[in-house]
Amino acid sequence: MQVFIENLAADHQYQPTRLLLILRAIQARYHYIPEPAIQQLAGLLNIPSTQIIGVVEFYSFFHLQPRGQYELLISDSITDAMLGKHNLMGYLSEKLQVSVGAVRSDGLVSLDNTSCTGLCDQGPAGLVNGYPLTRLDRPRIDLIADLINQQKPVEAWPSELFEVEDNLVKSGLLLEQPIQQGAALKATFKRGLKETLVEINQSGLRGRGGAGFKTAMKWQFCSEEQETVRYVVCNADEGEPGTFKDRVLLNSYADQVFEGMTVCAAIIGASQGFLYLRGEYLFLYDKLQTVLEQRRAAGLLGNNILGQGVGFDIEICLGAGAYICGEESALIESLEGKMGVPRNRPPYPVTQGYLGKPTVVSNVESFMAAAAIAEQGGNWFAAIGTEKSKGTKILSLCGDCAKPGIYEYPFGTTIQTILDECGADDVLGVQVGGPSGTFISNQEFHRKLAFEDLATGGSFIIFNSSRNILDIVNNFTHFFAHESCGFCTPCRVGTSLLKKQLDKIIEGHGSAGDVVSLEEICQLVKSYSHCGLGQTAANPILTTLERYPELYANRLKKISYEPGFDLDAALETARRMANRHDAAAHLAQVGEDHE
Amino acid sequence: MSKTITIDGKTIPFEDGQTIMEAATAADVYIPHLCHHPEFTPHGSCKLCTVKVNGRNCSACTFPAAEGQDVLNNTQELIDDRRKITQMLFVEGNHFCPSCEKTGNCQLQAVAYHLNMLDDHFPLFYPNREMDASHPDVLIDHNRCIFCALCVRASQQHDGKNVFAISGRGINKHLIFNAESGQLKDTDLDKNDKAAHICPTGAILIKRTGYQVPIGQRIYDHHEIDEVSLATTEHQHGE
Ligand SMILES: Cc1cc2nc3c(=O)[nH]c(=O)nc-3n(C[C@H](O)[C@H](O)[C@H](O)COP(=O)(O)O)c2cc1C
Ligand code: SF4
Ligand code: SF4
Ligand code: FES
Repeated sequence: MQVFIENLAADHQYQPTRLLLILRAIQARYHYIPEPAIQQLAGLLNIPSTQIIGVVEFYSFFHLQPRGQYELLISDSITDAMLGKHNLMGYLSEKLQVSVGAVRSDGLVSLDNTSCTGLCDQGPAGLVNGYPLTRLDRPRIDLIADLINQQKPVEAWPSELFEVEDNLVKSGLLLEQPIQQGAALKATFKRGLKETLVEINQSGLRGRGGAGFKTAMKWQFCSEEQETVRYVVCNADEGEPGTFKDRVLLNSYADQVFEGMTVCAAIIGASQGFLYLRGEYLFLYDKLQTVLEQRRAAGLLGNNILGQGVGFDIEICLGAGAYICGEESALIESLEGKMGVPRNRPPYPVTQGYLGKPTVVSNVESFMAAAAIAEQGGNWFAAIGTEKSKGTKILSLCGDCAKPGIYEYPFGTTIQTILDECGADDVLGVQVGGPSGTFISNQEFHRKLAFEDLATGGSFIIFNSSRNILDIVNNFTHFFAHESCGFCTPCRVGTSLLKKQLDKIIEGHGSAGDVVSLEEICQLVKSYSHCGLGQTAANPILTTLERYPELYANRLKKISYEPGFDLDAALETARRMANRHDAAAHLAQVGEDHE
Repeated sequence: MSKTITIDGKTIPFEDGQTIMEAATAADVYIPHLCHHPEFTPHGSCKLCTVKVNGRNCSACTFPAAEGQDVLNNTQELIDDRRKITQMLFVEGNHFCPSCEKTGNCQLQAVAYHLNMLDDHFPLFYPNREMDASHPDVLIDHNRCIFCALCVRASQQHDGKNVFAISGRGINKHLIFNAESGQLKDTDLDKNDKAAHICPTGAILIKRTGYQVPIGQRIYDHHEIDEVSLATTEHQHGE
């Protein structure tokens, strides 16, 4: 192991910023991060061992204790649940003789849940040693169990298990006509860098990652900084459950995305760029490296791009299972090899980002659109959409519809239009923008896709009337509690409180006042949290409570006080210890008799 | 003319580069805080110092003062919510004040008094946390840690060491020590280090000194935290 780690650190030039990549390699080989490896790495990278432990304990894909040689993770996304995930998980657990969250006694396999893997259009999905398993069903699970029990290396598993489809259903402005390789850069150099920024400004392009900040403005701020070392970062963390459009863009339009990054680099004067790829998209890594190689060979990356004296290159960094790393300042921390804890702002990344230098962080789709605009001009893009939301939005549609997949729509399109086209009937509601977005009811389908009405980073989850809203809210609320980085009090404690309080109500232990308490916690988490995760973590509850107050009220008991737990169940241990089975050793839940 | 902001209507001067907290403290205005300490880089994690700046919630300890800001600090809404945030800190750990060596000298307890916190309000988490009594002079009781990272910063920025770090994610956050064994005794912590004395709660205690000052004669037994905080420029409360 010592030699392996020595070589690994050398491969990464002993750079602490590469910590995540190094740890990924150790986890892949040993299926945990052994203590001696931590000590050795601390010495080699010249960082405190506590930084390494911190990182290992922060990211879901790293472990201090051994996991199985086959690390199986099954996606916990609501859409997977709707496709029968719970049933499958039970089957898998039985078949493999391992309980959820555990490692089998022979150490061969471990099984656990993981947050949305970005495969909601082809779930139930999972990961084995980091590689995606799609369309899981019982026959596939039988096969997987056999392969594991035969100890077949994952590389030798049948490739159909790992097939990831694009499911590109509806193309528009961007997807219909990808740019020719190099066309955007040529147009940019021909027009002039400043002039191209004017075009991007003219286009009205707003960030596609969620917040909707004007892309040209962000690039401009960064270019105006005194500091001359600047960075371009493409945010491909895509962690919002139900979002998978960046997966498809990187699978089939990566060249254009990299071109957009290069246009940005030329404009702001950056010589280094990063693609921060979520760990779940490991399967895209080699392919993306090939695209980069090919662009280098074509003179579109490197020291002297298109002979214009501009030097720029792109490095791919992989995440390791943390939704918070999609938040731009947490992403930068992660790029630096640290825990993904959001920074205090100001200063913003455009002023002080990666290694303290001015940094543009934009979404995959933003770069892709910028490349097209650089070629076609601003008006081409601005001609489509609404006054405040120009151009198109690429959606990842999933849930209860005939054709889940990728759809590109002009901003301003109504929800009803989208539902009609994807074959969704009997719709109860739609979660627009993922758990951090809004749940809209079937009374609101006239509403529009737009920053000024319903904004989304791409997630669009459809629920038909067979679905239970509280189950959905419960899934989302647990997601946020699991993904809270824990830095600030309102989110760290508040998301756990929300989870407990919601569980109490859903399990039927709530009484008068409990919905009011729930709302109170929601307001605290929303108003006082440090970053967008906490600020939106209460949205699933708030947006459904607003629309379906009776759903919550109906779960309450008509008494003034109800213990938050099952009294009788709590006595179980005591009964066992006392060896008592008689009626007197049981307790009725207080108040139930008065109902 | 120096630049100014207003806090609850009162005009307060500030210098460029100062945070709202720094400007307020210099002008004798108390803003409740736990993770802030004037000697160290602000952290911005406890959120007790939240003020409304031109209508928007901001952490006073990290947010830069800027000309003309209208800051609200002592509104009933902020006081109520700060109390609830304090209650969150209480229920998340295990704080049995009457049996804690730090009682009366504890800033968490003192802030709770100040905000008129009379109960826990939220359900208790009763986490299972341990103690580290391995060090000859210093005791760590993880039950009382509020993850303010003051010990982390004091060790790095004052003692020139790196004894503490905060690890883990979400509700599983916990304090760790920089030693192969993970035990405090194997770190280079000395009982005279600033880091050993900075903890606002009873999570870091100096052994054999706990009851030198009897309960009833301790700082916050007699003084409000705002008064102590503003009087001691050094902010050595709880020592
Ligand atoms: C918790 C959280 C998660 C986020 N995840 C992503 C993400 O996966 N991808 C993304 O592009 N932006 C994400 N964002 C938004 C980023 O912080 C940032 O605004 C965005 O990357 C900027 O790019 P844009 O201007 O092109 O949208 C997230 C924000 C928060 C608060
Ligand atoms: S809001 Fe949540 S995710 Fe964001 S900093 Fe606070 S604890 Fe971390
Ligand atoms: S031990 Fe004390 S000083 Fe250190 S993080 Fe915990 S509460 Fe803060
Ligand atoms: S004192 Fe400002 S956040 Fe803690």
